[in-house]
Amino acid sequence: MNAHEIKKLFPILDQNVNGSPLVYLDSAATSQKPISVIEEVSKYYREYNSNVHRGVHTLGTMATDRYEGAREKVRKFIHASSIEEVIFTRGTTTSINTIAASYARASLKQGDEIVISYMEHHSNVIPWQQVAKQTGAVLKYLPLQEDGTISLDDVRNTVTGNTKIVSIMYVSNVLGVINPIKDIARIAHENGAVMVVDGAQAAPHLKVDVQDLDCDFFAFSGHKMCGPTGIGVLYGKKQLLENMEPVEFGGEMIDFVDQYESTWKELPWKFEGGTPIIAGAIGLGAAIDFLESIGLDEIEAHEHKLAAYALEQMSGIDGMTIYGPKSAAQRAGVITFNLSDVHPHDVATVLDADGIAVRAGHHCAQPLMRWLKVSATARASFYLYNTEEDIDKLVQGLVKTKEYFSNVF
Amino acid sequence: MSFNNLDTLYRQVIMDHYKNPRNKGILDNGNLTVDMNNPTCGDRIRLTMNVDGGVVKDAKFEGEGCSISMSSASMMTQAVKGKDIDTALKLSSIFSEMMQGNEYDEDIDLGDIEALQGVSKFPARIKCATLAWKAMEKGLKETK
Repeated sequence: MNAHEIKKLFPILDQNVNGSPLVYLDSAATSQKPISVIEEVSKYYREYNSNVHRGVHTLGTMATDRYEGAREKVRKFIHASSIEEVIFTRGTTTSINTIAASYARASLKQGDEIVISYMEHHSNVIPWQQVAKQTGAVLKYLPLQEDGTISLDDVRNTVTGNTKIVSIMYVSNVLGVINPIKDIARIAHENGAVMVVDGAQAAPHLKVDVQDLDCDFFAFSGHKMCGPTGIGVLYGKKQLLENMEPVEFGGEMIDFVDQYESTWKELPWKFEGGTPIIAGAIGLGAAIDFLESIGLDEIEAHEHKLAAYALEQMSGIDGMTIYGPKSAAQRAGVITFNLSDVHPHDVATVLDADGIAVRAGHHCAQPLMRWLKVSATARASFYLYNTEEDIDKLVQGLVKTKEYFSNVF
Repeated sequence: MSFNNLDTLYRQVIMDHYKNPRNKGILDNGNLTVDMNNPTCGDRIRLTMNVDGGVVKDAKFEGEGCSISMSSASMMTQAVKGKDIDTALKLSSIFSEMMQGNEYDEDIDLGDIEALQGVSKFPARIKCATLAWKAMEKGLKETK
């Protein structure tokens, strides 16, 4: 693949910020959108905006076809066995909260265990804290190795016969680590627990096969994979979803409404109360088409290459601390770092002055920040439209940042 | 953007307060403690004050954050020490106006605080600068 050519398909990347060409290195927060996605969303509003699953008019049928067509694209994209297992949500957060509020609250009791890891994003921490409080279950943390990876020995030692849920991120939004989800799922299942995967940083960057992983639930967001904000997916195995109660009640999700009792639609619609996120789902479908036209294996290889190049170039800067594995082989395109005693917010401001966008802060992972013994870090994250020149500019910017702060101090 | 623009943000006096913070620590005789976080970036501050007879007798801060948030905390403690509650709150509202780039009462001598004026040109950093002031405001309003 040619990242320079791909970059041209993203109109937003063709602009100056603060007088310099934009270098966007914050795709782990949200990715940019290719013109095909923007046009597909716009086309829905311009040509066939209608509600879905109701009415018989032509536009309504078109909207329903495209909305359900997007569901089929998602099914293929994650290799789910049927569309009944693909629920549209607002994003990863809503997906995990749905598992917590529906499956977990109903099935957990006093003394049961939920296992997460120290690297989890807040959206895969707080729903479980709440479930633990509500049900009397115990929340346990998997420790991390020195380099931020998870060891399967630790998984075996932490997951017990009392564990009912294991919920782990596939790819870390801070350390860039790709976790051995398939092995963790096997250990969870050996102990009778269900495996929940936070796939927010995985779906955009590598080939996801939920059946091969044998996970029970998989959550991800559209906006990190070239799709619109406000759309995400909850995948669940059919036999689990069938026994779960909906979390949101109202229009769209009902079968029959009596005065005092109602029944639900079949899967997946029983979990989609209210008018769904129609434009978002259609946009996500277009994003999947786009990513597949390039190839997820190609994208993953490109990011590995960028990560390796960035690790090499950045570690040459005096005073640089890079968190996570030193080898690019275990990493996605995320590099989290600190630059001597310059605070990451200050790093981000100086880089921004040259049009370079990085993230600074706790990255919604405060337990991990405590584990790393830092209050904040800076993060550069790469995607299919980033090039080695972008990394060169980052490195130049960081050298400049260091010079600037050594002058003012 | 060149370093010159950055210089409007990172003024010498700000860097001095960042490197050599005034009133850093926890007051032994404090009777007012306020903890405040900036949840979007992880900055946090613990402000202790000794307020007696409607006057801020002493103030100290401890925390973690960027140059802007920590220097602003240092300047704030310096500014409110010895002021009565109303004057301290007045300073806080002047500071807030300054951060939004609005006109403010220029008769009041703000001393070092004026150096933070440049922050108003960097919208993403305004919350850094106001953290300590919000903590002070919250604490003093509770005493009223």
